[in-house]
Amino acid sequence: MSEQKKFFTRMGDGSIVHMTEEEIRADIKEGIEDAVRRGKIDPLTAEETEYLYEIVTMPGNFVGVTPGMEVVSSNDSGSDKISTKCGIPTSRDTNAMIHERVLGADSVDIGYSDYNYKTVKGVAKREATILKQALGRCTMPLFYGAMPNLGFYTKPDGPVDNWAVLLPEGKIQEAMAAQEEAVDHAVRDIVYVAEQMNDVGADGFMLDTSGAAGDADFLVSLKATEIMREKFPDMPIEIGMAGEFVLGMHGKLKYNGQRLAGLYPHKQVKLVEEAGASIFGVVVNTNCNKSFPWNIARVCTFVKACTAVAEIPVHANAGMGVCGIPMCENLPADVVSRADKALIEIGKIDGL
Amino acid sequence: MRLQLAKKMKINEAKAYVAEKLGVSLEELCDIVTMSEKREELGLGLAHVEPCAGANAGMEAKFRIQELLGIKINSVERFKERAGLK
Repeated sequence: MSEQKKFFTRMGDGSIVHMTEEEIRADIKEGIEDAVRRGKIDPLTAEETEYLYEIVTMPGNFVGVTPGMEVVSSNDSGSDKISTKCGIPTSRDTNAMIHERVLGADSVDIGYSDYNYKTVKGVAKREATILKQALGRCTMPLFYGAMPNLGFYTKPDGPVDNWAVLLPEGKIQEAMAAQEEAVDHAVRDIVYVAEQMNDVGADGFMLDTSGAAGDADFLVSLKATEIMREKFPDMPIEIGMAGEFVLGMHGKLKYNGQRLAGLYPHKQVKLVEEAGASIFGVVVNTNCNKSFPWNIARVCTFVKACTAVAEIPVHANAGMGVCGIPMCENLPADVVSRADKALIEIGKIDGL
Repeated sequence: MRLQLAKKMKINEAKAYVAEKLGVSLEELCDIVTMSEKREELGLGLAHVEPCAGANAGMEAKFRIQELLGIKINSVERFKERAGLK
């Protein structure tokens, strides 16, 4: 009996794996079921599931979207990657032009190498100067971006007690109070930085990796957005998430009556809309121990549920370790292009 | 991207809006040859094509994009304020 044909694909950590049709279909089914169970959302249709199998197994190192289905791109710390990550000694305004005129980006953000608003606060006017230079030279939209990164507000570097220390000690009320205090500090810092960026005419403002420190971190982005919409109505805001699920580090925080802990993307996006953001950056985590077919099926199920209810554009955060992209530094174009195609054609995203 | 930011339009609505304003089809909107000519003709920014001495780029292109698309671009408005144009 001849051996079954096997297809090249990858695991969530990027390592190569060869799978039979039967194995791929089984993993796609499992991935969908996992998303349905966790998110309490609808599964992909039979047609979408079949098309996903085709995308996973289609020939070619690199695949592309059907003509007419092209989408736009936004970034996080985009302009800084050429210098900080690649070690090329260029300024960030130059990096922005490289993104526009060499790499063909649709937008990019100017961000500090220590990509968080608490750090940026001290150099905000200098950061605004870099953005101003870039805004004069670039045609595409330029954001200023950073993370709320609430963990940076804890002692000894920050002003409030560390809830990650208090919680294991059983000091629940103290941990909750510390997070609430940190929210106020972070919102104030973000709005201050936003004012400097609005003063030089930022085309957009990015709150990246929101919710990284849990529900209080997500609340920071929502509250700050609400204030910025009021104070700087001509500076659009993008909120990108840290993960598929808002961790309940506090557990009782609410925004407009909705408890934040435990929210999946299709509910996160509704709060982001209420806060007044223009674009929502959806995130679904990659499981390193599962195959690409399992991961991308799960991702598409979550993302489709999100875009189906969203009234604002949704950009999938398709970088290392999220939205089907493997958790590795040098990303393989084979599964990255397949993830992008699936996100666009099945997940119905508006951008990457 | 500009329409997603300024008017919170989803991708298909934004493409249709821009295509109509530019007088191109949706297929042409995603075509590099058509759009290079269109951008040059309308002065919407073409700084990567040689010779580019006469091409618009940066703020000058954004002025035209704002007018053509009927949207408000924050950087253009701030430039006008600082240059005493408004």
